[in-house]
Amino acid sequence: MTPSYYLLLSALLFSIGAVGVLVRRNAIVVFMCVELMLNAVNLSLVTFARINGGLDGQVMAFFVMVVAAAEVVVGLAIIMSIFRTRRSASVDDTNLLKY
Amino acid sequence: MTASSWLLVALPALGALILLLAGKRAKAWGHLLGTATVVLAFVYAVILFFSTAGNATENVNLYSWIPAGQLQVDFGLRIDALSLTFVLLITGVGMLIHFYSIGYMADDEGRYRFFAYLNLFVASMLILVLGNSFVTLYLGWEGVGLASYLLIGWYQNRPSAATAAKKAFLMNRVGDVGLALAIFLMFKYTGSTGYTQVFDGLTNGQIPPAAITAIAILLLLGACGKSGQFPLQAWLPDAMEGPTPVSALIHAATMVTAGVYLVARSNVIFSATPDGRLVVTLVGAVTLLIGCIVGCAYDDIKKVLAYSTVSQIGYMMLAVGLGPGIYALGIMHLVAHGFFKAGLFLGAGSVMHGMNDEVDMRKFGGLAKKMPITFVTFGLGYLALIGFPFLAGYYTKDAIIEAAFGQEGWRGWVFGLAGIIGAGLTAFYMTRLMMMTFFGKSRWKEIKSSDGRDFHPHESKPIMWIPMAILAIGSVGSGAFFAIGDRFENWLAPTVGAYHEAEHAPISAAAIPWLTLALALIGALLAVWIFRPGRDIPVERPQRVSWVVRAARNDLYGNALNETLVARPGTWLARALVYVDNRGVDGAVNGLAAALGGGSGRLRRLQTGFVRSYALSMLGGTFLLLAALLLVRFS
Amino acid sequence: MTWLLALILLPLVGSLVLAFLKGNDRAAIATALVVSIVEFLLIIPFWASYSPSGARIQQATSMDWIPTFGIHISFGTDGISLIMIAVIALLVPIVVGALGLTDKLPAGRSAGGFLSLILLQEAITIGVFAATDVFLFYVLFEIMLIPMYFLIGGYGGANRQYAAVKFFLYSFLGGLIMLASAIGAYSLASDKLGHGTFDWATLVTVVRDAPTGTQIWLFLGFFLAFAIKAPLVPFHTWLPDAAGQAPIGVAVLLVGVLDKVGTFGFLRYCLPMFPEASKALAPLVLVLSVIGVIYGSILAAGQSDMKRFIAYVSIAHFGFISLGIFAFNEQAMIGSVSYMLNHSLSTGMLIVVVGLIVMRGGSTRISDYGGMAKVTPLLGGMLLIAGLSALSLPGTNSFVSEFLVLIGSFVTQPVYTIIATVGMVLAAAYVLWLYQRIMQGPVRGDALIGVGGGPGTAIAPELGAKKAIKDLGGREIAILAPMVILIIGLGFYPKPVLDTITPSVQATLSAVQGGK
Repeated sequence: MTPSYYLLLSALLFSIGAVGVLVRRNAIVVFMCVELMLNAVNLSLVTFARINGGLDGQVMAFFVMVVAAAEVVVGLAIIMSIFRTRRSASVDDTNLLKY
Repeated sequence: MTASSWLLVALPALGALILLLAGKRAKAWGHLLGTATVVLAFVYAVILFFSTAGNATENVNLYSWIPAGQLQVDFGLRIDALSLTFVLLITGVGMLIHFYSIGYMADDEGRYRFFAYLNLFVASMLILVLGNSFVTLYLGWEGVGLASYLLIGWYQNRPSAATAAKKAFLMNRVGDVGLALAIFLMFKYTGSTGYTQVFDGLTNGQIPPAAITAIAILLLLGACGKSGQFPLQAWLPDAMEGPTPVSALIHAATMVTAGVYLVARSNVIFSATPDGRLVVTLVGAVTLLIGCIVGCAYDDIKKVLAYSTVSQIGYMMLAVGLGPGIYALGIMHLVAHGFFKAGLFLGAGSVMHGMNDEVDMRKFGGLAKKMPITFVTFGLGYLALIGFPFLAGYYTKDAIIEAAFGQEGWRGWVFGLAGIIGAGLTAFYMTRLMMMTFFGKSRWKEIKSSDGRDFHPHESKPIMWIPMAILAIGSVGSGAFFAIGDRFENWLAPTVGAYHEAEHAPISAAAIPWLTLALALIGALLAVWIFRPGRDIPVERPQRVSWVVRAARNDLYGNALNETLVARPGTWLARALVYVDNRGVDGAVNGLAAALGGGSGRLRRLQTGFVRSYALSMLGGTFLLLAALLLVRFS
Repeated sequence: MTWLLALILLPLVGSLVLAFLKGNDRAAIATALVVSIVEFLLIIPFWASYSPSGARIQQATSMDWIPTFGIHISFGTDGISLIMIAVIALLVPIVVGALGLTDKLPAGRSAGGFLSLILLQEAITIGVFAATDVFLFYVLFEIMLIPMYFLIGGYGGANRQYAAVKFFLYSFLGGLIMLASAIGAYSLASDKLGHGTFDWATLVTVVRDAPTGTQIWLFLGFFLAFAIKAPLVPFHTWLPDAAGQAPIGVAVLLVGVLDKVGTFGFLRYCLPMFPEASKALAPLVLVLSVIGVIYGSILAAGQSDMKRFIAYVSIAHFGFISLGIFAFNEQAMIGSVSYMLNHSLSTGMLIVVVGLIVMRGGSTRISDYGGMAKVTPLLGGMLLIAGLSALSLPGTNSFVSEFLVLIGSFVTQPVYTIIATVGMVLAAAYVLWLYQRIMQGPVRGDALIGVGGGPGTAIAPELGAKKAIKDLGGREIAILAPMVILIIGLGFYPKPVLDTITPSVQATLSAVQGGK
């Protein structure tokens, strides 16, 4: 199997994630889409590492995972506290920080 | 003796300083201290006069005043015949007027301050005449301007006095710019501002002829400002807002003659430029006629005397403009004029003192009996002024008229005739003044003064009339004393050049005195006839008068001209520029700020607060960036 | 440690101490007064240890700051800096002493904070005049804005925010452009020497040989910063707002000292570093100067607010100063440098006197006053002395400077000088008119505290105006006396000042004329 399929899958996952972030309102879903994009990138990193025969990309993927894990903690905490105060998980409802 | 001549200046300056610092504490003794310093200065001047015997020209450099590389201005004094003449005049007349002021200002609660200003004036005036460089002269020049400003504005709560003071200072400043520019020119060509160096530079040919003429005319501008000469004469009559002793000392005897001093002092420069001299004589001739004409129309006793001063200084200017050999005549008339005009002003002050400070001659009349001493001293000054035989003016003024006739060609006729017509007019307006004030009906009996009191004319105290009497003696004797045997001319010869008589007289020199006398007599008799005792003089000023009188009452429209040419456009320009600065220059700056602010106001609308729109713009941005990178990569 | 470093550090320490004295106003004022007077006394050994005939920069100290770019913290002084430092040290005690007499602090503000900022301003400004590293100069030039921004914005009049921001933006913009020029000069030096440096003495020798075209661009960068600071027309509009809104003491420092950084910069940086550009662009500067003289004078006459009046008077005076600098003549430049000192004295006094008037009358509008000299003769006399110094009456300090500026400029630039002499007449006009409107004429009641009568009513002095406002008190006289003494003293004996600055001026001038 040629590595390009992995890249194609990565691109597909990234696009689905990106579209999801743009069109969905539910914060949890948006959050999952972000995770999807991150993992799509992880996939492509690993793939490129495989193509080039180096370990850099794989190491990078671990970093991304760590960061993503930390981000989930912070992000879910924010979503939780917003939901507690506003009784809603829609990202369009939290638009106070503007001009 | 000359080495300690700085004491002359220091004494009155110290008096002024102490009085100003002591303030109200000096109320009891301020006038005594002020007078004492001037008396001491006068005594010192007399000693100096006898010890130098007039022949020495000595420069006393006191200290380095403005050392700036090439330009070294020393604070120095120059003791010579010319400066000593002025020192004696200033301290002498100044001393008498200090005494007079003790009485005149007795009721003023700020008398100590008045004496401080008088002392300041005497000190500045002494610096003016004693300084040995044009910069020291300039120091005194503006110093007397300041003293004059303070004293004209003495009654500062009167808007007219405040305005008159400001006007005097401003018109003087215009002249001062001329003096300053002349000094700049001298420095440019000779690298110095000292009298000796500048005059040496001139004789060595360091200054090109055109520059000499320019310097002369610029100096003349300065002289016109200070001496109330055409076209800067308008401030002097207004200066009569000051107390009368001030008018006598500053605006008659000393400060206003500084212009004549300047020309005489710079005689080396003026001798080298006939064109410059011609302008001086023209200014003198025009001014003397203007002064006479306006003097005939005023009813305010002090303003008549003020215009008389303008006109007499015109004579002096005419004399010093006539050139080498005749400078001394101008100074001689100046000194004699210092006596009789100071006496006249003090007399006028005495009249005002007895008449509730009234100055309108129409409200006077018949005062000779009420104020006999004032009448006699004033009368002697009057006779001296109109050139009554063997009194001061007869010798000094006639000499100038003779010298004027002595000029070549048309100049002799023009200046001679101006002088002789002036003499006639002088006799007219002065006789009119005498008739209206001292003779005729006592018009003051039927009216009250402006503050509602009755008039009770009375003779002044001895402290006031004794100075008047001394000045009257000077008016009688000074002319003969100076003129007989050319004493005065010989005394001044070392500093202003030897005197020589005019040669080109178009009419016989012997006839001129007779002619002058005849014209003066006609003028005087005319005035006597018009204002004869039996005739009614209306207390209110008649309004239906000929255009000549109306023009003269309006100072020949000099003030109107200043108003329309300078004052009103100036105010208008200031207002317009304030508008331009606020709306134009500052408006541009504020406009830029507003444009930036407005622009960012529009831009910030992009911050909608919707997370998803931010995400979209981030995505779009990433695509754009990628596209750009790829384009660069593949093109 | 040199006297110069002591002069910089002492107010800095004082400022820190004062920052902790916020609760106690009396202690704060006492501390500030002691610090500023000691600072002033330090001037005496500082001046005594300066030898006019000695090296160009004396009392030099230097230490590394950012060695990679050849940036040092180095200070030193020449005659010109010395004079300016002395002026600051003289004015600050007066400003401290005048607190409460010329203006009250806004409610809720402590004296400690205000005085701490004043002392900080003093330290930084001395640093600006003493810096001998171009980068250090730039940094201090910008930092100088910070205390001033808070002083205007925190303690000023009704419109203070606007004025403070305008002042800051104007000066900051100029400073940034100057930074660009300084970096340009740095890169010129590193091309030529192989290693970059911001050292002033080295840069001067390198940059002056650059081609005229390059010089002109670099010159303009510095010039703009200084022209805004000085202020030359048309970069002046921040000054009337800033001076009009600033508290009196701050206005004294702003107009008296901070503005001089501009003209000082011309002398220290523009002329020696870019002689060819200076010569090429001199006509432009001269035109701006002469316009400044006339324009500032006319606008001063047209002002209705006393503080703005003083700002425009300063603009006219700065016209004279820059005329003298760019006439490239010895006398003119000596005159300009002494003008920088004398303008601080005369304008400083004018501002303080106006503060005293405003404290009594409660208004800065000229038309609210009239006939005050009758009620407060001493105050009237002080206004007159300050005014006469502002119009350069002979016998006052300013005459010496104005005379030297004009007589020197006349030799090289007669046309501009003749136009500028019109400013002499205008000066008399605006000063005397101001004096007449405030001090002379009928006594007016509406501006005098505690006196009845509606606006525009004239009241007779016997109605009690004498009781309503007081003439100068002991403390007020103590503040004004040093300035009066200096104004008259330097009018008659300016030799110490002139002798101090002459060699530095000659060095500056020969740097310009000795160009290629």
